[in-house]
Amino acid sequence: MPSPAPPGTITALSEAIAEHVHDGDTVALEGFTHLIPFAAAHEIARQGRRHLTLVRMTPDLVYDQLIGLGVADRLVFSYGGNPGVGSLHRLRDAVENSWPHPLAVQEHSHAGLANAYSAGAARLPFAVLRGYRGTDLERQRDIISSVTCPFTGEELAAVKAVNPDVTVIHAQLADRDGNVMLWGITGVQREAVLAADRAIVTVEQVVDEFPERTGAVILPNWVLSAVCVVPNGAWPSYAAGYSVRDNDFYQRWDAIARDRDSFLAWAADNDLKESADA
Amino acid sequence: MPEWDSAEMMNVAAARELHDGDVCLVGVGPPNLAANLARRTHAPNCRLVYESGAIDAKPRRLPLSIGDDDLAATATAVVSVPEMFNFWVGAGRIDVGFLGAAQIDRFGNINTTVIGAHAHPKVRLPGAGGAPEIAAAARRVIVIVKQSPRTFVETVDFVSSVGYGPTGRERVAPGAGPTRVITDHGVLEPDPSTNELTLTRLHPGVTVEQAVATTGWVLKVAEGIQEVPAPTTAELTALRGLRNREASDA
Repeated sequence: MPSPAPPGTITALSEAIAEHVHDGDTVALEGFTHLIPFAAAHEIARQGRRHLTLVRMTPDLVYDQLIGLGVADRLVFSYGGNPGVGSLHRLRDAVENSWPHPLAVQEHSHAGLANAYSAGAARLPFAVLRGYRGTDLERQRDIISSVTCPFTGEELAAVKAVNPDVTVIHAQLADRDGNVMLWGITGVQREAVLAADRAIVTVEQVVDEFPERTGAVILPNWVLSAVCVVPNGAWPSYAAGYSVRDNDFYQRWDAIARDRDSFLAWAADNDLKESADA
Repeated sequence: MPEWDSAEMMNVAAARELHDGDVCLVGVGPPNLAANLARRTHAPNCRLVYESGAIDAKPRRLPLSIGDDDLAATATAVVSVPEMFNFWVGAGRIDVGFLGAAQIDRFGNINTTVIGAHAHPKVRLPGAGGAPEIAAAARRVIVIVKQSPRTFVETVDFVSSVGYGPTGRERVAPGAGPTRVITDHGVLEPDPSTNELTLTRLHPGVTVEQAVATTGWVLKVAEGIQEVPAPTTAELTALRGLRNREASDA
């Protein structure tokens, strides 16, 4: 469990990543289309982290970039496409051609991974659901198995809990005590934060007092390890109320990522380290 | 009658499968187009649910992703992803789920995961996403997929979502399974006794021979095969307006 953040402590993103994300860690950067923590991901790459297990329901561009940069040894995910556009070419190149190095894969359905985070947040060893029966996903016996209901005898799918070493999310607001508020499509962020040993949040803005908002998620400062102010830290994803999704960049990424050289040129232009062994 | 192409016919035929008032789980791509087309034509009261958590979304333009802010902003409720899959999809509150496929077999089993072996795939596809639970729990599943011998295969390389199982008799899930497969050639439906996908309708201008030639198994053809009505001017106007991302009045 994280130690309580001293009230009012807002740290620099570079310090938060340096302190809380280590080589070999299991790292979840969550945000379901909305509020994807791109700026934090880029800081992880700039600091040269290696051998990470990356967990995320939808790898999206953010993990395509980290995988291409050679940050990850393993990927745990449930849908690895560029939504509405097509393939994630760096993910595909890693799995199909081991570039820049081999990438091990564990895969779930959305329901499976969402429940694995929920079990992790509850500090339970596994979650129960009806899905998976008859699919080949069930062959991954180290993460998906079955259990018999003790009350009805029904056979159900069991999915192993996911407990990241560190979860990173982006949110709209922090208050001066370092409590965090997010709204709009809030995905699986609450579960991913509470499942993790440490949690880092980047926010658009710090305010004296949170506004009234229907359906908002509020995370108390004592479940967070660091809060960092990073305006537009979700670009090219978006933060409802602050920015809109840069759909043009999602389209352009297809051409950038399709080719190793154009990807590496993009990485150089954006001051992101190339893979050491690329 | 205006000109139209086979992709438009496929979108229109898929949209017609939605009934007014249906609760429809919408995924990215052709399903998104079909569901929004239905809402703008014959099924204005169908309820769109997006797996990102938006319930009763009323998008003013065709959303480009399933997580567009317009979906959350126009929804009756926005729930978390675990809640969506546990309380809404898994619990059986979805009438219709639309699915796509990279491969589909004669019993409606779907592969969206890999071409080749899972450990060393020839082609790494996006993966399962929300589809396995939609395939299991939606009351009706409508698959939208273009017909080709590479897609309509004897055996799928990986079962991502279950239709009727390896021999058509293994389905245990609560929903009815793939009740329609809408292609660019026509419509396939499971045989009532064997669950084998059978060609029951053809789009205008398509022949049985074309449908058979683009199927990687020996395609069963129903007796008295019917023709799908061509897209109407209203359907085409709405479809093209959606694709051009024109705003609706609603």
